[in-house]
Amino acid sequence: MNIGTRKILDRSFTALGIGSIVVMAIALLIVLVPIVSNGFGAICFTGTVEHRKMLLHEFRRGGSESLTSDIATSDRYRSKVYGMLTQFEAELDRMEPEKKREYKEKYTQVRTALQALLGPMPGDPEPMLTRFKYGQTRWEKAEEKAHDLLYESKWDNSNPNVMAKEYFVSRAIGFQGTSLAQLFPYVRENLENMLIPKFTVYWGFITDSSVDSHFFGGIWPEIQGTFFLAVGAMLFAFPLGVIAAVYFTEYAKPGFFNSMLRSANSTLAGVPSIVFGMFGLAFFINTLKVSESKSVLAGALTLAIMILPTIIRAAEEAILAVPKTYREASLSLGSTKWNTIATVILPAALPGILTGGVISLGRAAGETAPIIFTAAVSVGSAIGLADVFSSPTPALSWNIYNLASEHEAASQIRHVQYGMVLSLVTIVLLLNLSAIVLRARISKKLKG
Amino acid sequence: MLMTADVRESSQSAPAQKTTRDIYLPPTRKTVTGGGAAHISAKEFSIYYGEFEAVKKVSADILSKYVTAIIGPSGCGKSTFLRAINRMNDLIPSCHTTGALLFDGDDVYGKFTDEVLLRKKVGMVFQKPNPFPKSIFDNIAYGPRLHGINDKKKLMEIVERSLRKAAIWDEVCDRLDKNALGLSGGQQQRLCVARTLAVEPEVLLLDEPTSALDPKATAKIEDLIQELRGSYTIMIVTHNMQQASRVSDTTMFFYEGVLVEHAPTAQLFTNPKDSITEDYITGRFS
Repeated sequence: MNIGTRKILDRSFTALGIGSIVVMAIALLIVLVPIVSNGFGAICFTGTVEHRKMLLHEFRRGGSESLTSDIATSDRYRSKVYGMLTQFEAELDRMEPEKKREYKEKYTQVRTALQALLGPMPGDPEPMLTRFKYGQTRWEKAEEKAHDLLYESKWDNSNPNVMAKEYFVSRAIGFQGTSLAQLFPYVRENLENMLIPKFTVYWGFITDSSVDSHFFGGIWPEIQGTFFLAVGAMLFAFPLGVIAAVYFTEYAKPGFFNSMLRSANSTLAGVPSIVFGMFGLAFFINTLKVSESKSVLAGALTLAIMILPTIIRAAEEAILAVPKTYREASLSLGSTKWNTIATVILPAALPGILTGGVISLGRAAGETAPIIFTAAVSVGSAIGLADVFSSPTPALSWNIYNLASEHEAASQIRHVQYGMVLSLVTIVLLLNLSAIVLRARISKKLKG
Repeated sequence: MLMTADVRESSQSAPAQKTTRDIYLPPTRKTVTGGGAAHISAKEFSIYYGEFEAVKKVSADILSKYVTAIIGPSGCGKSTFLRAINRMNDLIPSCHTTGALLFDGDDVYGKFTDEVLLRKKVGMVFQKPNPFPKSIFDNIAYGPRLHGINDKKKLMEIVERSLRKAAIWDEVCDRLDKNALGLSGGQQQRLCVARTLAVEPEVLLLDEPTSALDPKATAKIEDLIQELRGSYTIMIVTHNMQQASRVSDTTMFFYEGVLVEHAPTAQLFTNPKDSITEDYITGRFS
């Protein structure tokens, strides 16, 4: 091959490498940007007076003079709306039956839309669910609801050959000539006065429990559950894994039995996590009966089994990477095998072992399938440390799945879901970052 | 128990026997007192790697408190022989031995020999400096700590004494808490000698201790060997024949696993009995 072709090949390979990295970076951005921007929306958003009311009533937090005056202001503006409604109801009563039926239906729609926007009206019975006790707590949602109030959604299916098209008709037109017609311009103009939007930083999203299955409140039980499960899994898997790795590298004699053990370990690393979940249910809960039913303990044990092969692998590699000369030096000083392992080999292998451990911790925090049957519940409060042996817990990974697929009002609380995703990504990222820092610090200490 | 204590005593008490142990010394060398008995002796000692016989039926006495050099071309089994003395070859699973290797009269490969105790008495310094990735103090204190000394003051004494013996105290005394890997190669090697001396061995095995060092550091190690001569039984494997002639009292020449010649150094280098030895030391092959 002549020099020219060789250089061209070299350059084109470099270009290919840079290209693939750029593609990866773009893909990462496409995934991360919406997660981060929408996830922050769970904490920083424009909150209405309803949000502050909710905080005061559900969490006994934020009661202040400004809130009292806000509530008074909004009530003053709202009372006019309610006055209009009362006026129209009286008008409705006086109407002829046919006309009355026509307006009654439209009026019910308006009333429902107003309830969704502002919360229960004076004289309404106390709603059963907390989510109906308050109006819209977030300004962007309030604007949506206001739009629903002002415009009626209709579908144009006059042409059977094209797909039906949605269009909006102002509700004000339908009430022309009645006393309710004045309601619509009033709401349009005074929406801000009725809801008093303010920029809110709601750290409680991280530290609060959820209210009414994530409608309000935060995700602390999920974060804590994730923490319990991941740390619990590490408590079991890390010592076991390191001991197993020491056995494989230092004590195991080459032979059929040990090569079987090794290949079993590699196979275990490739088993789908849902299988571990089923195994955990069948083995830890049904057979060993570590708990009555789902519990943090059972989940942690299942996760431990799942991450064990990774930890063993990482520890084995780290131990094998320790120079043989350290071993020789230690043995030649009259140290026993165990002493050599404990005082020379394991300290020197520590950066690698810890890196493997922390990466496994991140994986344990993020896995969903193993905890579905063994530890996770969709709604629950934060559990105490003493309850880990008997109680299940909510966890970020499982609740993200739950909010995405099974929650009955998933579309209304997308921001909570994004917030959970961002929290989980942040936790895993922080763990990996700490692994890198830890590794660098220990390596520096070892190198002198 | 072939080489018992009374044999050694008799070798010291009977002048007739002692003269046979006398070796020629250059006039600058200090005489060794109380040495000369066989500290290590091999009887028909062979070492195998699987089927391959790396050291073939070696019989030799290594004299107490003298410096013995082992020379020979690459792959002749000299390192293997050296590493057999403190059983470092145990790390190689396929390695096994026949014949007898006696240390202080006890069989090194005997059924009841504790290799950990043996290695405490037979220290070793390796080809490449291999300090632990710990502080200088912890490196030296590693051995004593293993053997149960935990008193900080006592450890400090041992560390200072060992570093002084290894002629490196002045260079490192102000940075004992610094990582040993920050030292230069020659300093690291002397540190390794000090580390070995800290467990107070009787025998010092040096496996090509200067092959990774520059001439200046090599000279320091050679001076150190001269310092230690008379206090320890020293065996040194070397490729450098000038080094062997400079530092050693007796020299063993290995060729293809066979101990060809074992004689006082001056005699072996000036008047070799075997033609292969002569060819090797005159540089006809290497």
